[in-house]
Amino acid sequence: MRYGLEEVRVTRGRNVALAGVTVAVDPSRIAVVVGGDGAGKSTCLQVLAGLLEPDAGTVRRPAKEHIGYVPATAGLYRDLTVQENLDFTAAAFGLSRGERDRKASQILEQTGLGRARRRLGSQLSGGMQRKLAVGLALLHSPELLILDEPTTGVDPVSRADLWRLISRAAVDGAAVAVTTTYVNEAARAASVVLLEAGKMLASGTPEQILHDVPGAVGAWPGADRPTSLSWRRGASWRVWSPAGRLPDGVRPVTPDFEDAVVVATLAAEAANQAGR
Amino acid sequence: MWAMIAKEFHELQRDRRTVAMMIVLPVVLLVVFGYAANFKVHDIPVAAVGPGASQAAALLREPTFHVTDVDPAAGESAAQARLRDGQDVIAVVTGGGRPLVLMDGTQLFSVETAESALARLAPTAGTPAPRVRILYNPDLTTSWIMVPGLAGLILVFIGTLITSLGVVRERQAGTLEQLAVMPFRAWDVIAGKIAPYLMVAAVDLVFIVVIGMGVFHVPFVGNVAVFALGAALFLLVTLGMGIMVSTVSQNQGQAIQLAFMLVLPQVLLSGLIFPISSMAAGVRWISYVLPLTYFIQVSRGVMLKAAPISALAEPLALLAVLAVAVLGLAIIRFRRDLAPSSRTTQAAARTAERAAA
Repeated sequence: MRYGLEEVRVTRGRNVALAGVTVAVDPSRIAVVVGGDGAGKSTCLQVLAGLLEPDAGTVRRPAKEHIGYVPATAGLYRDLTVQENLDFTAAAFGLSRGERDRKASQILEQTGLGRARRRLGSQLSGGMQRKLAVGLALLHSPELLILDEPTTGVDPVSRADLWRLISRAAVDGAAVAVTTTYVNEAARAASVVLLEAGKMLASGTPEQILHDVPGAVGAWPGADRPTSLSWRRGASWRVWSPAGRLPDGVRPVTPDFEDAVVVATLAAEAANQAGR
Repeated sequence: MWAMIAKEFHELQRDRRTVAMMIVLPVVLLVVFGYAANFKVHDIPVAAVGPGASQAAALLREPTFHVTDVDPAAGESAAQARLRDGQDVIAVVTGGGRPLVLMDGTQLFSVETAESALARLAPTAGTPAPRVRILYNPDLTTSWIMVPGLAGLILVFIGTLITSLGVVRERQAGTLEQLAVMPFRAWDVIAGKIAPYLMVAAVDLVFIVVIGMGVFHVPFVGNVAVFALGAALFLLVTLGMGIMVSTVSQNQGQAIQLAFMLVLPQVLLSGLIFPISSMAAGVRWISYVLPLTYFIQVSRGVMLKAAPISALAEPLALLAVLAVAVLGLAIIRFRRDLAPSSRTTQAAARTAERAAA
């Protein structure tokens, strides 16, 4: 592991925000932390960025000059124009004028914001704002790129654009850590950490996570919920059997990533209940 | 409708600061107005000099007057110096026929009260009617004493309110978090954040003084450098208060509420409107911790009385103490917001070394 968290524990008062979480973030790779609201995704990235000191565990990160960070909330100055945002970030990281102009025009082209140079941050659409924020974080070609939910609340076209931008950064050699609530986005990653209430439910490559789905998953076309371990998937139901014995009439299917995430959550709940 | 009322009370209950303001503010205003807002002046500090000083002092009775010094050996120039330095508001110079009463025209209400008290005193005392000379503001023009004070009040507004809004905006937008990850030292962020407001406030101050002189014909008879020193120290205090407000406010609404609570007492208790010497002792001590109190002493002293720096050493020193204390505390608190980043530098160094090893 070049960068990342190792067995990191963070407590807030009596609440455990992260309970021994490990996230490896390596150069030219995208690590995705996926989980619902309050799972601890942002906390992970805040620890990685150095905004939060962990109570225990090891954090590996480069010096601040080599980190690009986009928080979930903003990432740009809304009262500055696109160009002014670029200029400020370039100055903050001490880029030379030539380097700044070269990188800025490259980023404007990649984000499609070339014609919005003079527009205020607040006048950009939500998707454009996020693209600019990611672009700003990439301006100084960081070794470690940390993006907190860059695609949340963004339309599908802009999401695709954002992922192109993120993948491009990884291709250029950056180690990228991204959080998301969208399960399907995790499938793009080199490694995935599945978080729930500060605990790691699963981690590994998407293939590994699919391979490691315990028991059996099946499809049930009926209208009523077939078992307590079932969930809606389109017009039909998905059924999970921890023991691998699906009820009669349930057709076995190969689980996809979304199934794997739900199964991991159900398995954790079952383990919790068994532990009580 | 009941659901609406219940919901409103629940929301109000969560917003502790607004509740505090609704309950505390009226109480504070009542106390302040009750004890401090006093147009009926008493305890006017007065000195008596010259051969008849003791007799003159005996005539100047409390509660209107408060004799601070009786010096038969001193003369008119010493008496004038006491007024200029703000030690006394009235000085009675005896010897050589009719006594001369010098009054500090920058203390409007005190002078008016003293004039009427003397008028009542003269016929009954059987002494020759004194000559009265009002110094520094002979026509008792209100704008002359208000402009130097208002200059300070406007600086409080800019320094405290605008600065706190600027910092809170950054926090609210989440960009403060981002600044903490950028390769800035905490000091760069703090200084970079304060400097623009300091410059705007300085330009504003020049405007106010120039407009006061041009439109209201307020004199500026003292040393510009002394005035600038006082203004700079005062500005640092107000900027410190602004940053302090921002560190305990999560949004701009909270910052405005808090800044308002800091500005209001300065309007009422700094001596801008009501003389401090007439305030009840329980309220007066608040005046002595408010920076505007000392800035007004400096600005009126320099602009109207040409007070030298030695005469203003006390307010200047107190402003300096307040500047160090308030700004220092504010910076420590603000640094804490950016602190993880400074620790990060060390952590990063360690990690980088580890990575290299």
